[in-house]
Amino acid sequence: MNEISFPILIIVVPLISAFFIILVGLLRRDLCYPLMILTLSFSTLSSISVLKEVLWGGTIHYRLGGWLPPWGIEYVIDPLNGFVLLIVSAISLLIGITSKRMVEREFPEKATFFYCLFLLQVTGLLGIVVTGDLFNLYVFLEIASIAGYALIALGEDGAPFASFNYMIYGTVGACFYLLGVGYLYIATGSLNMADLAQILPSLLSSKVVLIAFAFFMVGIAIKMALFPLHVWLPDAYTYAPSAVSSLVAPLTTKVGAYVMIRVALTVFPPAFFIETLPAALMLRWIANGAILFGCILALAQKDLKRMLGYVLIAEIGYIALGVGFGNRNGLTGAILHILNDALMMACLFLFVGAITYQGWPRKMDQLRGLHRKMPLTAAAFVIAGLSVIGVPPTCGFFSKWYLVLGAIDSKEWLSMAILLASSLFNAILFFRVIEKAYFESGKEHGMVQRTMEIKESPLTILLPLLVLTAGVLSLGLFSGKIISGIIRFAIPVYFK
Amino acid sequence: MVSAVAALLILLTGERRRNLREGWTLIASLIKCLIVVSMIPAILHGKVIEWTLMELLPGVSFQFRVDAFGLFFATLASCLWIATSVYSIGYMRGTQSMSQTRFFFCFALALHGALGIAFSANLLTLFVFYEILTVSTFPLVAHKETDEAISGGRKYLAYLLTGATLVIFSMGITYTLTGTLDFKAGGFLKGFGSDSLLKLLFATFIIGFGTKAALMPLHEWLPTAMVAPTPVSALLHAVAVVKAGVFCVLRVILYVFGPELLSALDLWIILAYVASFTILLSGMLALAQDNLKRRLAFSTINNLAIIILGASLLSPSGITGSIFHIAAHGFMKITLFFVAGAIYVKTHKEKVSELDGIGISMPVTMASFAVASLGISGIPPMAGFISKWYLCLGSLEAKEILFLLVLLASALLDIAYFGPIIYHSFFKKPAVGTPSGMAEASLWMVIPIGVCATVSVFLGISPNALVRFFQMATLAAKSVLGVD
Repeated sequence: MNEISFPILIIVVPLISAFFIILVGLLRRDLCYPLMILTLSFSTLSSISVLKEVLWGGTIHYRLGGWLPPWGIEYVIDPLNGFVLLIVSAISLLIGITSKRMVEREFPEKATFFYCLFLLQVTGLLGIVVTGDLFNLYVFLEIASIAGYALIALGEDGAPFASFNYMIYGTVGACFYLLGVGYLYIATGSLNMADLAQILPSLLSSKVVLIAFAFFMVGIAIKMALFPLHVWLPDAYTYAPSAVSSLVAPLTTKVGAYVMIRVALTVFPPAFFIETLPAALMLRWIANGAILFGCILALAQKDLKRMLGYVLIAEIGYIALGVGFGNRNGLTGAILHILNDALMMACLFLFVGAITYQGWPRKMDQLRGLHRKMPLTAAAFVIAGLSVIGVPPTCGFFSKWYLVLGAIDSKEWLSMAILLASSLFNAILFFRVIEKAYFESGKEHGMVQRTMEIKESPLTILLPLLVLTAGVLSLGLFSGKIISGIIRFAIPVYFK
Repeated sequence: MVSAVAALLILLTGERRRNLREGWTLIASLIKCLIVVSMIPAILHGKVIEWTLMELLPGVSFQFRVDAFGLFFATLASCLWIATSVYSIGYMRGTQSMSQTRFFFCFALALHGALGIAFSANLLTLFVFYEILTVSTFPLVAHKETDEAISGGRKYLAYLLTGATLVIFSMGITYTLTGTLDFKAGGFLKGFGSDSLLKLLFATFIIGFGTKAALMPLHEWLPTAMVAPTPVSALLHAVAVVKAGVFCVLRVILYVFGPELLSALDLWIILAYVASFTILLSGMLALAQDNLKRRLAFSTINNLAIIILGASLLSPSGITGSIFHIAAHGFMKITLFFVAGAIYVKTHKEKVSELDGIGISMPVTMASFAVASLGISGIPPMAGFISKWYLCLGSLEAKEILFLLVLLASALLDIAYFGPIIYHSFFKKPAVGTPSGMAEASLWMVIPIGVCATVSVFLGISPNALVRFFQMATLAAKSVLGVD
């Protein structure tokens, strides 16, 4: 096994062990969890080595079965998807570690299937990221989505319906994407991204290509829950089991955002996206809407998890906005925000998971006295919340900073105002919760008796949570390094 | 700088044992003060200490630089932290307040923020600490956990975070224009951007940082934040928060825009008018307050505006005076707040009208109050006189008689709102039924009060004593104006 085969192993290992887990589960159920952790650690380690390889030695190409592109399927890893790959695998490892306790508490009898689906979901997400082929991307998109539908349906009352709703939306989105692939294939006869990037510039006036582009954008927008196509998200993520929502909430949408950057800016020429079509302009407006809408609706929520769902919609708006600015700073901000937001959201959803695990209600007005019972967990929430608001030195500030620079560069004063206002909205949102958790003692409302037994969450939940929090806190300071070391190479040449 | 981080860790570990925890606070504050003071001789010889941590943006690092102005503020903050630590131990025990660990933790964090602001080498680093300071003060304001305290905290956050977003905006523009955010004595914005853009930028900067400096009409959060425990109010008003705001405003005026650019654009006069307006109005409002702490709050707003006015005059004496006033006012105002707290702990009185005859039962406390309040009014030999004198000279140098009048009027107002308190507390008979005889607060509180009052007299008699505040102020003013 030489290093060059890592790209395929990252995908194949989780895929195979997903099915293997079912067999193992039949014999020894307690082996499933270690197997999953082993697999996820392998993926994480190999993505680290792949990213290193890419940064030192340039883009890696892996040809499946030795077929040459554009006929065969090719896995391509450049700095952009190497970066996303690491985010996906590392966060799924951390969430994977926490899943054991949560699964035991919420649905012990379905543990085997859960681990299998969990791995399939991760496989799908990783596959979307590494592939260099548009149709192959669709296949992984469906693997991830279908695993996602099943995982979400495992949740509490209302989950099956939410999952069904998600499935309808998701399928429509996937269809749009597939239609886009089909149209492009008609026009060009190719499915390989690099190949398409060569062919497309000469075909841009073709209506078929235009329509393909539109289909792509709509399909991806549904998958990444970009306003106004976000309707499936709040329900699905609220009712999903804790371990699932903390996996899919940070990752699925971020991978969607990655696909958008990949298709709009590297498969299609960036000039087409920004200058020829008003696509970037439309994306900016939609993103403005997403940010405002997400923030305002989040204000109206009483359920903490649902509130986070709307915050997530606003955060996706940030990424889309950064892409829509169509300049270097904006794109830097968007890519950095993929990392930062994945961390923050994982942290926040895991926080909800941790308090749910301890039997704490998720309603916002019942959080009184939380910091006394679970001080570390509450501290994690505060730090992640500050990061969403954009308080330095947490990482959220730095991506916001680049987005603001992007807005200045493209002279989008309205977007800038919305960006800044949204930090204020977020401040209201999070300080409202912090106030409840810290400043109103638990003695009122007869909460004392029930909360007496509640302790800090078990180590397998607490530790990943703290790792994520440390990430949120420290990655901001290292963002200069991340940008000059990775993101600088991930931005398409057009922007230099 | 490093000690601040250490202080945090220590406070986190000293969770349960209160003696240990408070011991850590004291030790940390002493160490910090020593470190800061030890840097003074080097700086006075014209050296600049720099320390770069890492690069945050292309061209902007997470960087500290110790210059005369920053060191001036740091010395003030770290000296006053010692006093406040001692005092807050007495106060928190005296009132048997809850969640004291959170209190001391946030306190140390806030001081960390203040010192970070003092030593930041560029706007971005400064902003990082600015936000740390903002956020860490919120739990202090809301400390009592009553509805009133929480709404005070909310108001505080709402004002300051809105200000902070404006600062992000202005930093973004500055960075896009110049590609750097490093402070430079005399400013670095000259020659970039159009006049109207620079004017807008100045406005957003001043509004952004001005919220923290409680420049009218952005002052509303400050009196409301008076619900906080008194050591916090003292910290808010004398040392960390508002002074940090003023410090930031001065940094922007002197180190980002620079005197030349400001006088070229005629921006200084607008700022001076806003500051004068604040001075007069807050002085009058102070007269109308019956709650002692609220009266002090308006007096703080008044004095902060005086500092800003002095700097906006852009003349050597004006800048020296305004920088020196940061320290002078710091010592005097902290004395006043300590006194207010001591009275509250001992007698639970908060209103000015209830203070009749209190000077008889608490002589040391009230004598300190008298000294400090006369000092703020600018009566020699207190420290306030020196800074007022230079400020008046400054307005003469700038040939603006109007601002001289404003300064003199504010001195009169100061006497008008402090005078009655002194008179009533010493010369009026106490209300019937109050026990007579000495009833001072605990020594933990009286000693810091006495020390601070003494220092404010001392600074007035020999402004260069001990830590050479005055010399640092002149040095900073000279470097800004480019005079030798």
